Amino acid sequence: MDNLILLNTLILGSIGLISALVLYLVSKKFMVETDETTVKIVEILPQANCGGCGKAGCADFATACAKADADVFANLYCPVGGQKVMQKIAEIKGFEVAQKAQTTAVLLCQGTCQNAPAKVVYEAVSSCRVANRISSGQSGCPDGCLRLGDCIKSCKFGALSLNEETGLPIIDSTKCVSCGACAKVCPRGLFEIRPVSQNGSIVYVACRNKQKGATARKNCKSACIACMKCSKINDSIKVENNISYIPADIDVEKFGSELAQNCPTGAIVYRENVRD
Amino acid sequence: MTRKYTFSMGGIHPDKFKITSNCPIEDAGLPEMVYIPVKQHIGSSAKIMVNKGDKVKVGTLIADADGIVSSDVHSSVSGEVIKIEDVAGSTGYEEKMITIKVEGDEWEESIDRSDKIIKEINFTPEEIVKKIREAGIVGMGGAGYPTPIKTSLPEGKKADILIVNGIECEPFLTADDRLMVERAEQIIIGARIINKALGIQNAIIAIDENKPNAIATLTALCKLYIGVNVRVCKTKYPQGGEKQLIKAITGKELPSGKLPFDMGCVVQNVATVHAVYEAVMKNKPLFERIVTVSGDGIEYPSNYRVRVGTPISYLIDRAGGMNENVSKIILGGPMMGNAIVNHSAPTTKLTSGVLLFKEDKISKKEASACIRCGKCTQVCPAGLRPFAIKQAVVYSGPTDELRKLHAGDCIECGCCAYSCPANIPLLDYCKIAKQEIRKK
Repeated sequence: MDNLILLNTLILGSIGLISALVLYLVSKKFMVETDETTVKIVEILPQANCGGCGKAGCADFATACAKADADVFANLYCPVGGQKVMQKIAEIKGFEVAQKAQTTAVLLCQGTCQNAPAKVVYEAVSSCRVANRISSGQSGCPDGCLRLGDCIKSCKFGALSLNEETGLPIIDSTKCVSCGACAKVCPRGLFEIRPVSQNGSIVYVACRNKQKGATARKNCKSACIACMKCSKINDSIKVENNISYIPADIDVEKFGSELAQNCPTGAIVYRENVRD
Repeated sequence: MTRKYTFSMGGIHPDKFKITSNCPIEDAGLPEMVYIPVKQHIGSSAKIMVNKGDKVKVGTLIADADGIVSSDVHSSVSGEVIKIEDVAGSTGYEEKMITIKVEGDEWEESIDRSDKIIKEINFTPEEIVKKIREAGIVGMGGAGYPTPIKTSLPEGKKADILIVNGIECEPFLTADDRLMVERAEQIIIGARIINKALGIQNAIIAIDENKPNAIATLTALCKLYIGVNVRVCKTKYPQGGEKQLIKAITGKELPSGKLPFDMGCVVQNVATVHAVYEAVMKNKPLFERIVTVSGDGIEYPSNYRVRVGTPISYLIDRAGGMNENVSKIILGGPMMGNAIVNHSAPTTKLTSGVLLFKEDKISKKEASACIRCGKCTQVCPAGLRPFAIKQAVVYSGPTDELRKLHAGDCIECGCCAYSCPANIPLLDYCKIAKQEIRKK
């Protein structure tokens, strides 16, 4: 009996020893050389793996950073980590960091349950992608928010939440890292990543309805009716396809409130202290 | 006991509800206004040929085919073109439509309006295809594929059998059934015309066994025509699908990505074949079709001959109006059709039915978790795994995953969603999967 126990221990022990030896030799022989800088950069990165930088994930971004020269590096930016993380990576690489303006995602629709009441009942799968394919949606606006919240599910940073009263998603700009996941998932392209001005204000046209003014108004009270009033205030604002678009580089501090006040339907949204 | 033909893989047996199969086709009459979409087919939109204020007659060309995969559109009424702009269609999305105000009922002189049946086919294949093209005929079974492409042989291909699809496997719909009873001879001659264009000797009219009247009428008449035969098929949904029908009739399976031409088959819907007869023999373009108005939400379910562009609301009024508590209107059949958002939308060349349902008839069960019973896989006539496709769509992985599952082969028949015990709307997911594959 004693012999049996001893024998088993010996056999198992020797199998373990041999395997360990083999593993050790193999790992020495086939060792993958990892770049030290890459490892360092990976440690700094937020590890959200969101793809907001345009790379496949944080590790991929780190490799790209490690390989980059000064010119390429200027175009790399981690939206999640922001300026702080980029500063740290730049220190490792010995480069200067270009100052990037703060950005946030905005919803280009104000078709709330009040502004654009539901005319039909939608009963199929609760997903914007499905609803967009089946019909123009409950309110009838073919370009408006479907109010089913695919974007909320897509946000990895908890920046989006559903406003039960209006039916629209609310964007918490303090949490938004501008990764662009919501913009990708929205079947109607209702999200835009816009820069926030120095004093933290932002102005944009919250409507994408391309129908003629009268039809658009029938669907939604706060639709852009292409009245051209905003383009008279600032020349750079273009009205095309019955829809106005305020360019991202507009002087928000100077024109923002004026634009919002003069919009007859309230389609232009002006918000202050976005980042607070 | 004669052999009953059917396809082998998958399929279901939904309740038939063919309540209108004994209602003769009635003329729906003329509405005050018609809205004719310029895109009623697969392919590119037709080019608009009329201007605002123009007077048109019944059968006047109002939009010309733009390219090969496109189709002409003709006016279905006589009157004045009021506007040419985007109007909300049945889905609520805007489509380009030509709005015509109806004034009288004046037809183009070239159209032969007599009831006389012309049997002699004195045209060359080229002339036949040209006439079909000029009549703007598209596949009226629902896909809307331009018929001239399907009636001219591609180079190096040979067809040896024409299958006329009179299956109409969707519950409620009886438009094709009635057409086969009332226009049997025209359909047979139409099949012979297509045969001549393609150089085929044989034509088979496939009919489901639940249409005894159509079977009796056509079998009797087919004895007078050489090369046209009736085959009775076992009732099973979705036998009307092109691939399923080829399998049922010839026993050959159409491989993924292949066209019926590759197998020497051509499949045409009975309504299309009838339209071909009228176009070639009577010079009548495709501007009217048979539409079944049915369901428990309508006062008098019936079959109507409807001019293209007639608003759905007009048809509902014509059939006695809506009953109380109607909560869903479906365009097409209950299995494959879509619920509509806007009932002032027009009917098109592809509208085979308008179904109205009361609230209690509609399944509103909440979807629960998949229990992995495999029912959807069992009934899928394309041999797919709908539950796996759903999973791939929900986790929105790479499209390669969807391609591996062959989601592109889905025929959108809805068998999976119909048989799912967990009430998962699998069809919706499959449709997204197809869309996603097409995007890439």
